[in-house]
Parts: sequence; structure tokens; C-alpha cells
Amino acid sequence: MKYEINEEESMILKMVDDICTDVVSQRAAEIDEQDEFPEDIYRLFVEQGLFSLAYGEQYGGCEVGMHCWVRMIERISKESPAVALMVLISAIGSDALVFSGTEEQKSTILPKLASGEAKICFALTEPRAGSDISSIATVAKPVEGGWKVNGAKIFITNGEVSDYFTVFAKVEQDGEMLPTCFVVPRDTPGLVIGRKEHKIGLRGSVTSQLFFEDMVVTPDMLVGEIGQGFEIAHHTLNRGRLAVAALSTGVTAACVEAAATYAQERAQFQRAISDFQAVKFMLADMEISLEASRLLLDQAADAYMDQSPDMMKTASAAKVFCSEHAVAAARDAVQIFGGYGLCKDYPVERYYRDARAFTIIEGTSQVQKTLVAKAVLKEYAKQKA
Amino acid sequence: MKIVVCMKQSIDSEAVLAFDDAGNVAKEGQTLVIDPYSEFAVEKAVQLKESVGAEVVALCIGAADAVSAIRHALAMGADSAVFVEDAVLADGDPAAKAAALAEELRGMGADLIMGGCKSSDTAHAQVMPRIAGILGIPHVNTVVELDVEEGVAHAVREVDDGKVSIDVELPAVICAQQGLAEPRYPTVRDIMQSKRKPIETRPAAAVEASAAMQVLETNPKPKRAGGKIVEGETVSEAVANAVRMLKDEAKAF
Repeated sequence: MKYEINEEESMILKMVDDICTDVVSQRAAEIDEQDEFPEDIYRLFVEQGLFSLAYGEQYGGCEVGMHCWVRMIERISKESPAVALMVLISAIGSDALVFSGTEEQKSTILPKLASGEAKICFALTEPRAGSDISSIATVAKPVEGGWKVNGAKIFITNGEVSDYFTVFAKVEQDGEMLPTCFVVPRDTPGLVIGRKEHKIGLRGSVTSQLFFEDMVVTPDMLVGEIGQGFEIAHHTLNRGRLAVAALSTGVTAACVEAAATYAQERAQFQRAISDFQAVKFMLADMEISLEASRLLLDQAADAYMDQSPDMMKTASAAKVFCSEHAVAAARDAVQIFGGYGLCKDYPVERYYRDARAFTIIEGTSQVQKTLVAKAVLKEYAKQKA
Repeated sequence: MKIVVCMKQSIDSEAVLAFDDAGNVAKEGQTLVIDPYSEFAVEKAVQLKESVGAEVVALCIGAADAVSAIRHALAMGADSAVFVEDAVLADGDPAAKAAALAEELRGMGADLIMGGCKSSDTAHAQVMPRIAGILGIPHVNTVVELDVEEGVAHAVREVDDGKVSIDVELPAVICAQQGLAEPRYPTVRDIMQSKRKPIETRPAAAVEASAAMQVLETNPKPKRAGGKIVEGETVSEAVANAVRMLKDEAKAF
């Protein structure tokens, strides 16, 4: 790791560890069961200033390095990835503003996000446009004083509770359809928040549909230039991949802890099941995955901090590795728990359900591998030439 | 009002402990934190600062790495810190430590001196009362409630069979027991601001103090043997068996 965690960052991570141990751990199962936005934990995180960590001081934030940020996400996710999503979606939703917003947009909106007074979400995915973002069908037609937007979004984390929506649409201009980013306040007429999805995991992180019905957006809502939408979206996706890699690593860590503890308590054939080689091998694989996940995550965070040309490759590599291994670790944790692993009295069935999302959200493993392959082919094509 | 909180760093009591060859707790590689009893005292001092107004200074004797515990106290709301950097004194005799702290305190003009009633690692429970003795001021120990008004501290202390209310004139030494105040989680902003708060580092004053304590050897607590079930066909037979076991096996009488 090139960037060291500094003293303040260590203190912040210690505080996050304390509130996770004392508070989040006590609520995690209930949040999953109720599947509602955990307002109490949100308030606690606001009071502690966790939302401020993604923003610079000029916007009321206390920005930390990417290494500290992903470790915070990992630690929270160890208790509850749904809760961790609440924090990371704020940063993902506002990255477009941070990188491409006007000074006025930034000084109006970012301080509210840093203080927790407002929430923001990232609305890119559509029913027919997942990783293939070029096929988004939300259209913004020029009208007097702005654009009239029609279309629909799906799987929007925090859509139900957000005050601002970072929306991607295609602007019709000179016969072309130009991908463009807007930041839209919740009270904008024509913005309709649809039903909440009922998911297998990440319950308590609210996922909604959005509909735009003749929603008029004004030039002050335009982020960056018309036609810059995909560039802006791609930039955000790098943080998103790191964030999901960190979520995954947190669940892997939780699996290791739960399984290694349980395996030493559970006796069969007059000995702890941790004495059996088959169980030991599962625990070893989980621990190796955890350590490798953290190293890949740190490497990707280094590339992110440097804005290196390797940023996308390292972020994709971390995302695919960490998420696939979280799924495997959760499967093995359930296996080690045996019948109890299927029951809600123990936490591993939740890890198993939560982990499943990680190989899908923010780009499937297959899409990540395509990106890694593209980078590696490019590298060796260059050498040949 | 000026409150000086005497604080120390100790090994995280929730961590798994390691021992050296002599049977002492090994500090190497352990997670070091602000001692929980010091933390109760810091929290109460900061609460008094917020309710009645006060300047809160953290005073710590410790090895160089104790700065992180001091930073924690500053992040919780202490205004500044005095750090006496002396690793030998920190882990040494409580009488010498109390003498050195008292020497520092003489020049600080504290109205209220606070600290833990003991520490979670060594648990000597000597330093704070000794400070009061050296300075010739009252002290109240194992305090679980505290208010201050017009130069008087109203303290409630925990005793074996309940609680006792005691009023003392300031300056006084108050030793915090668990329950005095629930330590807050420092916020991100508090943590960032703690960096700008001053820590004055100085060597220990040369004070004469005769050693009050000598550690001869350290042994782990003996493992508990399993319990025994007293058997008997009838109650009186079981009682007779129990009496015999107490007499012959446990040598209780």
C-alpha cells in the first residue's frame, strides 16, 4: 500500500469500530427482518459525521483517503452491508457533482449531504439498461427553460428516501441522443417514486423504481456538459466497484469470525469440528480470501488515489475477486454451521443472502472480467507492436 | 473552573492477553487504549464543561505511544493536555507516579482533579488518593454521580451496601467509578479538531518518593477445579456428606 492511514483516519476507524460493535451489531438482524430504512442508525452515523468523509472541507466535509473510506465500508458491512450501503450510496450519488458540478451546485448541495441533512441517490440503471448503459431509454426533450424528461429507472438504492437524484438521460439535440447527467431535487414535479423491491438480501437498504412523467429539469440541474453523461457515470463506477469490493470483504470477515468461533464450539464424534481437516481447509480458504481481498482493495485504492491508468482494471479486479470470494465464504460458513446455518437464530444465513448481491450490483462479475481482459489484452498488444 | 483529569493508557481489556516468561502481561503487540476508568473521568469532566463551563486539561504520564490515548481524550472534548513522557514512571511504583503527578498539579491551579478510581490493567487504586494526600486536599473515591456548584462538589460514591452522598469543597480529587458517565464516541469533527489542540510534553519533575510497592512474583490465577455434587439418599444424609467433605477434603474447619 502506497498510502498510509494517518493518525486521524485511525481514530475515525476506531470510532467506527466502536459504534459497529456497540450499536450496529445489535440492530443488524432486526434491520434485515424489518427491511426498512434504519432511521436510528442513519441518525447515529449523521451525528458521528460518517457522511462527511467523502467531501472536502470547503463543503463542510472532513475528507479522508480512499483507503480509510473503504475500510470504514468494510467494517460497517461486517455487521450489516445494508447499513454500509446507506453510507456509500451518498458518496456514489454525489461523485458526479464533486467531479463535474458547478460551484453553485456544489456549495448548495454538498454541505447538506456532508451534514446528513439531505440524502442523494444514483439513478442510472433502467429495466433494459444494466451494464449496457448506452441503451438507456430515458429521454430529455428540449422545452422552454430546460428539458422535459420521460422514462423509468430501476433498482435505485435509497430512491425512496432521497432528497436529490443523480439522473442520467439522453438529451435530444440536433438529431442526436446525448447522454447527460442531471441532479434533480425530490420535489420536482413529474418525479414519481415507484414500489420498493423485495430482495433476497441487503434488506433494510431500500431499492426503488423511479418514473419520470414529463418531469421538467432546468439548466441549473445539468451536471457537466450535455453529452458528458457516460464519462461522468464511468467515473462514479470506479468508486462504486471499490465500495462493493469493500462490502464483500466485510461479509467475508464476518464469515471467518462466525465460522472459526462456531467450529471450535461445535462438537461431533467427541471433538470440536475444527479438528477435522475438511473444516480446517474451509476456514483456511476463507482466511486466504479475506487477506487477498484486502490486498486487492488496497491496490485499487492506491490506483484511485493516483487516478492511475490502471484504476479501472484494479477496481474491476478487486470487485470480482472480493465479491466472488464473499459468496464462497458465506457458502462455507453456512456449511460449517450445518443445520443451524439455515436458521435465523444464527447470522450466517443472512451473510449468505447478502453476499449474493455482490457479484451482480455495480457490474456483474462477468462484466468486470471483460474489463480486466480488455486491459490485459491492450497491454500485450502494445508489447507485440 | 479548571478541571485536570489524570489519565493513563492501558491494554484493551477486551483483547486476548499475552504473557511474558515472568508471567507478566506482555505489552508488545497489544492494542493500547485510554484506560476505561480514565475515560469515565474525562467524559464527566467534559459533561461539566458543557453544563457549567470549565476548562478541561488531560494530564498523562506514559510512554511515547500514550499520545494516542491523549488524542482520544482531546477528541472527547478536553481542551489541552500535559504529557509527562516517562515510560519507567508510567509502569512503575504508584507512590512515585502520584508524587510526580502531584508535582505537575501544583503548578496547574486545578479546582477539580479527576481520575479513575483504579485502572483496568494494574488496578492498584492508589495514585489518585495519594495525590490528594500529597496535596492535602479532600478526595472522594468510587464516585458514580457528580455535580459542581459554587465551589462545592456534590458526589455520590458507591460503597459495599449502597451509596453515600458527600459534599466537598474544591479543590478536591474525584475518582471515577464505572457508571459516573457513559463515554461518548468522538465524532469525525471532534477527531479532526483534536489535532489542533495543544499537547505540552515535558519530562517528569525530579521528586523524592519512597517505593510503596514491590512485586515479588507474578502467577496466573489457579484454574478452578470442577465442582462436586454432594450425594445422599435423603436430605440429612446429603448434609452429613457435605459436612464431612467440608471437614476432611476442603479442610474448612
